[in-house]
Amino acid sequence: MRRFAYHEPSTLEEASKLLVELGDDAYVFAGGTDLLVEIRERLRKVSHLVNIKSIPGIRDISWDPATGLTLGALVTARQLETLTGVQQTYPNFAEALRSLGSIQVRNRATVVGNICRASPSADTIPPLIADGAIIHYYTPQGMRRMPLSEFFTGPGRTVLKRGEIATGIILPAPEANSVRAYIKHGRRKAMELATVGVAVSFVREGNRCSQARIALGAVGPTVVRATGAEAILNGSLLDDDVIDRAGVQAMNDCTPISNVRASADYRREMVNVLTRRAVRTALEATA
Amino acid sequence: MKQIVELIINGDSHDVIVEEHRSLLDTLREEAGLTGTKKGCDVGDCGACTVLVDGQPVNACLMLAVEASGKRVETVEGLQSASGALHPLQDAFMRHGASQCGFCTPGILMMARQLLEENPDPTDEEIRFGLSGNICRCTGYTKIFDAIRSAAQEMRTTRETEVTL
Repeated sequence: MRRFAYHEPSTLEEASKLLVELGDDAYVFAGGTDLLVEIRERLRKVSHLVNIKSIPGIRDISWDPATGLTLGALVTARQLETLTGVQQTYPNFAEALRSLGSIQVRNRATVVGNICRASPSADTIPPLIADGAIIHYYTPQGMRRMPLSEFFTGPGRTVLKRGEIATGIILPAPEANSVRAYIKHGRRKAMELATVGVAVSFVREGNRCSQARIALGAVGPTVVRATGAEAILNGSLLDDDVIDRAGVQAMNDCTPISNVRASADYRREMVNVLTRRAVRTALEATA
Repeated sequence: MKQIVELIINGDSHDVIVEEHRSLLDTLREEAGLTGTKKGCDVGDCGACTVLVDGQPVNACLMLAVEASGKRVETVEGLQSASGALHPLQDAFMRHGASQCGFCTPGILMMARQLLEENPDPTDEEIRFGLSGNICRCTGYTKIFDAIRSAAQEMRTTRETEVTL
């Protein structure tokens, strides 16, 4: 592996200062499951790793019926996946966690790391956006927070500036009568990157839909909201016609590219199919 | 920079001098001389280097040796008992012909050991899910599944016998 210097700061302030001082080739290291691969395959020039695992206060998971699920930057995908409460309360997020890499990878990979890597195909991002997650981050001027849907600025890029460090996320408690689903599409079941990922979340009264949020993965430079499709669902009775129209509209809400995993046309078509399927899955889960 | 790192491998303490960019996998193989853990893809895809760190299966290629300082590392060399008897999984893999070239076997054995620790009576689907990060290019998985089911059965019987006694 390419050589790098290794730092293990014990506070966020210290880590932030190091990142500023060491410059562009210094990276935050948490789970490391992507970063070490990128170093080894020379996809990223890394001269310094700033391991944040010794920093206290960013390792906890907590649940509160009022505020929801709070998790620190060091919480691994596997920790969350194996919590019964997560499986019951956030089945879409649990599904995304189960489909990320392998158990070995998930024992190391952190959810916040998956977010900060900002891959358009990241598994955890669509359900977290659909469920209205809030990300927290440290800045030298103090802590900040923002909706996860506003966090990404492009492939591999977030709003974080040098010296700013994501510290955790809050996943709000589900609204009464809310339903949700995440469907990942790929050629294999495990060790696969999403060709398309669709997460839906909405509140239903009978079959009437409100507060719909649809997040589409791997079909744009960032995970995107299908706002047109959401508008079709909101206030409507979820009959076949409405669900079909939402699926077609979702195709127009995304901007996929063609690459080794699929063509843009195929991805767009699958957005249609999977959006309809995810809405129906969410409905059936509570029927 | 080099660091002295204390690794507790299969119950024994090893002080090894490692450079900070060295993976746990390379350190196990080259510094500790434990070559049972295999280096396949070296990027976390194949699972051949699966070891248990503080009881959790991880890809040793995706962990830095310095991160394992003071942690409990278990490799395939520690699977057999102190008396030298094979672990029921190792025995079952032999009986069922579950390894051909054998390269993926150490990783699968470690993964399966943890799987049976958490779930002594797994369904086929649970075994499949548990092994989905371990890639074998020789056998298909039928014999591997047979061996794991057989070992699970044997381990449950042993446990019941111990309880009865």
